[in-house]
Amino acid sequence: MQLQSMYQEIILDHYRNPHHKGLREPYDAEVHHVNPTCGDEVTLRVRLDGADDGARITDVSYDAMGCSISQASASVLTDLMIGKTVKEAMAISEEFRSLMQSRGELQPDEEVLEDAVAFAGVSKYPARIKCALLSWMAWKDATARALGHGDGDER
Amino acid sequence: MSFDVDRIRKDFPILARTVREDRPLIYLDSANTSQKPQQVIDAIDDYYSRHNANIHRATHQLGEEATEAYEGARIKVAGFIGTRDESEVIFTKNISEGLNLVAYAMGNAATSGPEAERFRVGPGDEIVITEMEHHSNIVPWQLLAQRTGATLRWFGVTDDGRLDLDRIDELITERTKVVALAHQSNVLGTINPVREVAAKAHAVGALVVVDGAQAVPHMPVDVQDLGVDFYGFTAHKLCGPTGIGVLWGRRELLEILPPFLGGGEMIETVWMERSTYAPPPHRFEAGTMPIAEAAGLAAAVDYVTGVGLDAVRAHERDLLGHALEAMAEVPGLRVLGPLETANRGTAISFTLDGGDGREIHPHDVSQVLDADGVAVRAGHHCARPLHRRFGINASTRASLYLYNTRDEIDALVDGIRQAQKFFGAA
Repeated sequence: MQLQSMYQEIILDHYRNPHHKGLREPYDAEVHHVNPTCGDEVTLRVRLDGADDGARITDVSYDAMGCSISQASASVLTDLMIGKTVKEAMAISEEFRSLMQSRGELQPDEEVLEDAVAFAGVSKYPARIKCALLSWMAWKDATARALGHGDGDER
Repeated sequence: MSFDVDRIRKDFPILARTVREDRPLIYLDSANTSQKPQQVIDAIDDYYSRHNANIHRATHQLGEEATEAYEGARIKVAGFIGTRDESEVIFTKNISEGLNLVAYAMGNAATSGPEAERFRVGPGDEIVITEMEHHSNIVPWQLLAQRTGATLRWFGVTDDGRLDLDRIDELITERTKVVALAHQSNVLGTINPVREVAAKAHAVGALVVVDGAQAVPHMPVDVQDLGVDFYGFTAHKLCGPTGIGVLWGRRELLEILPPFLGGGEMIETVWMERSTYAPPPHRFEAGTMPIAEAAGLAAAVDYVTGVGLDAVRAHERDLLGHALEAMAEVPGLRVLGPLETANRGTAISFTLDGGDGREIHPHDVSQVLDADGVAVRAGHHCARPLHRRFGINASTRASLYLYNTRDEIDALVDGIRQAQKFFGAA
């Protein structure tokens, strides 16, 4: 049934018990992103160790208000990114973005995306893609700022 | 004349279709945009099939017919809203453009001749709006205040979703130049005491601008009787097409109101250095206008007038009473706005608790409803300040119109309970 294809158990689990939630110190950059159509908001912090692509992500913390999709997506994001280098994380981020723009046509790579594969069903609902991408865009922006690249894009 | 909802539903072809795995469409998003009866679709089809030409400038037969369709729509709208003078009816793109027209023309008054003095605002002057406005009746006034140095002030909203009039004497003073408010809230459904506010505003010489987008589709509106200066609405919420709205203004004001958009057909004479402008309404209708849409709007006016807006209102009141009663029985459901049907329209916004003290997000509620074929709106409905006033970011909104039924409301309430099961503590 349709509802289950969007709201897979993995998503509901992350929604009910989000990982790494809350804003933590120390951090190198903090951003605040909103989804203007529905008012969902996320404040997200990134802590890096090192410089440029090789820097290691030691923490991603966040505070978010929004639907189950956006909440679960933020939780999955932190699981995936913490411990990775910026280069590795950017690759994952691109993979996730492609998945979300695939209208359900792309077979996601579980090796790369882990729990994020559960969002494949969401990509069939254009109105909800932004919900899934909100924290990912915030993460990308925060990382660019932490690396000293000034304003990230995608706001 | 009896109101037969089954017969009315047959006029709206879209209501016969199914959505999401063959479920009948239950359309509860009419405050967003209404569905269109066959009569309106036919009028647009007929215009393009038989009469299409540009208006006011073509000398051939089709040009005459197109002009007649367009100007005929203006006369029809004038009668519909209670004015005999069709030159008081300006066609716009939508209600947002109508409100922007007034606000920008007022801004242009600063650089116009002495006749525009009436519209000038500057430092020390005040613009008064309300906290329950749609963004389209907030942002144009913020921009006007920023451009002119005037101060923006606003009425608050009471806990039960009514306009807070307690401070009316502090808010509307001799400094007030313009008061802008919604006739009916698109979120709360609240019908505002426009006549009372207008009388107060006029007593201090202020202009009164009313956003009637949510009122005109649902009740008979007489702009003269309301005693306001400008009144706007949009066709697409009134069974009409998108792309056309109406701004009504008092003739004596329109005659001295500076132009907003410049271009073809709004001029009298153009020199390279300067121009003089056409009299209203054409002064405010630059460029080729939405002609087919005007024909569609005329058909929409005929349609709702034929059904009878009093009958529509009675039907909606019955649905509203049923909806408020049924929703009151859902634990954890909180309706924003008045809980009684008096002075209340059929936009019903609500928040929903999953039974574990955690709110189920409106996006998730609407997704569950959508899977059942129930179309509602989720978000802040372009009224973010109002949502913040109630301590929330978003709500789910069901909004009813003449073609809805009690069964559809029951389906909505069933869907809401399903959403609680799906996301709630269980």
